[in-house]
Amino acid sequence: MDVTDLLQLAIYGVVLGSILTLGAIGVSLLFGILRFSNFAHGDIMTLGAYAAFAVVSTLHAPVWLALPVGMIAGALVSVAADQLVYRRLRRTQPVILLISSFGMALIIRSLVQLVWGPQDRSFVKGIDMPMHFGDLMVSPQQLWILGGTIVIVIAVHLFLTRTRMGKAMRAMSDNMDLARVTGIDAEKVIVWTWALGGALAAAAGVFLALDTRLTPMMGWSALLPIFAAAILGGFGKPYGAIVGGMIIGVASEMSTAVLPPAYKPATAFAVMVIMLVVKPNGLLGARR
Amino acid sequence: MSEHLLDMQSLIGGYGGNDILKGASLTVAQNEIVVIVGPNGAGKSTLMKSAFGLVKIRQGAVIFQGEDITNMRPDLVVRRGMSFVPQEKNVFPSMTVQENLEMGAYLRKDGGAAQQMERIFEIFPRLKERRKQAAGSMSGGERQMVAMGRALMLDPKLILLDEPTAGLSPLFIEQTFERIVEINKLGIGVLMVEQNAKQALEIAHRGYVLAMGRNRFEDTGAGLLANREIAEMFLGG
Ligand SMILES: Nc1ncnc2c1ncn2[C@@H]1O[C@H](COP(=O)(O)OP(=O)(O)O)[C@@H](O)[C@H]1O
Ligand SMILES: [Mg+2]
Repeated sequence: MDVTDLLQLAIYGVVLGSILTLGAIGVSLLFGILRFSNFAHGDIMTLGAYAAFAVVSTLHAPVWLALPVGMIAGALVSVAADQLVYRRLRRTQPVILLISSFGMALIIRSLVQLVWGPQDRSFVKGIDMPMHFGDLMVSPQQLWILGGTIVIVIAVHLFLTRTRMGKAMRAMSDNMDLARVTGIDAEKVIVWTWALGGALAAAAGVFLALDTRLTPMMGWSALLPIFAAAILGGFGKPYGAIVGGMIIGVASEMSTAVLPPAYKPATAFAVMVIMLVVKPNGLLGARR
Repeated sequence: MSEHLLDMQSLIGGYGGNDILKGASLTVAQNEIVVIVGPNGAGKSTLMKSAFGLVKIRQGAVIFQGEDITNMRPDLVVRRGMSFVPQEKNVFPSMTVQENLEMGAYLRKDGGAAQQMERIFEIFPRLKERRKQAAGSMSGGERQMVAMGRALMLDPKLILLDEPTAGLSPLFIEQTFERIVEINKLGIGVLMVEQNAKQALEIAHRGYVLAMGRNRFEDTGAGLLANREIAEMFLGG
């Protein structure tokens, strides 16, 4: 293990971190506004990835064209799940919402499996030759993931700081009651938050599938590190999710220098727990 | 049609459990400053919230500009020209002063938000200096300015202020009451709950004493100040 190997692992870590970041931003936005940990988020990722895969495999479209289709699918299914199920449970106890999101996760996963079958699939046929930068290797997919994440994160930032709806989301996240007496239509903002969270989850799913493969379990397996990233960033703080995602991603990959890869999720949690002992409200969380 | 801007008629209701309001009534006329005083837990904040559909009204009615708005959704009430500054947590802490004011104009579609913000900066020059600062990092007095500024962004007919001077230093209290008079001179009705009852009643046209969810007294500001019984009970002698 030398410096080059560590740098190589850091690159893989940033790629994984990008995927976790996109998932964690959505989880955090939703939690910030609804105080609700959505366990179906991972399966929205899966659904988005398969929707994009359908476009790639039937229309032979390039992945970057299929990505928006996957994101729209993720947004629509998230909004539908909210309107059909969660909206009706919003005034009940939080645990009921939580469990219903488990149910939603199973429903979405089963649907994916019903339509596309249980076997692994892949966006890329054959093997794409990696590009060499000195001794470091980066595959074209990984560059797409990095570039795509940067573009999406900047777009989300501009949305949250420059648009009326984006600012209303931040206001709702700060104080829902005050937002309502300020004249903000809470239900409308909630629908848009689901749409945004779902679209970001789907993008994370497409990128995860590009980096690895498509399986019906892919999103569910990514859910725990995504929550770790969101919690680390200060749950409910979308900007914290970026920092949290990167730290968890890099730490997970770097850990393989000394630990077997099977310990990656454990590393994610260890990092989260240690950091939370030091900063109990997350890296960007406010003191309470 | 009543000549009142706001007419709260024998309200009974609360938060789902026991009734907090037990028949409280109150009116505010165009351009009036009306003050509510009363002991802690009397239901003063609850009465204000009931104008915005934040409290379940079982009986009675809230009439604003002749329209029945009982139990109406808050954003729809705000749209009709009544704004609210709650007692606490009345700014968006992670947002800048300017963003807080922009949120106040969320419903505004006429493009007049920028102009209105300039007007608010004239009333509260301090906010203009601090426009890029996060509201959560400001002092209590400054935050109260942000909250009032936010509530004025829609150019309301009536503004409800729940204890606008709570926790402020004497100097800031004085200034806040001056600002409230200034706001009222712009043609905006003011209904406020105040613990600094003496000072508040001095600038009030009329006042109410609320206790246990019911009206106890009702008179002009000067009349309430002159009332011995009230002075002993609520104004600290
Ligand atoms: N959100 C709430 N849910 C349930 N009860 C509440 C709530 N807010 C206030 N109360 C109760 O209503 C009563 C009146 O409170 P409040 O209107 O805040 O009084 P005041 O503003 O006059 O001090 C109190 O007994 C308080 O405990
Ligand atoms: Mg109160």
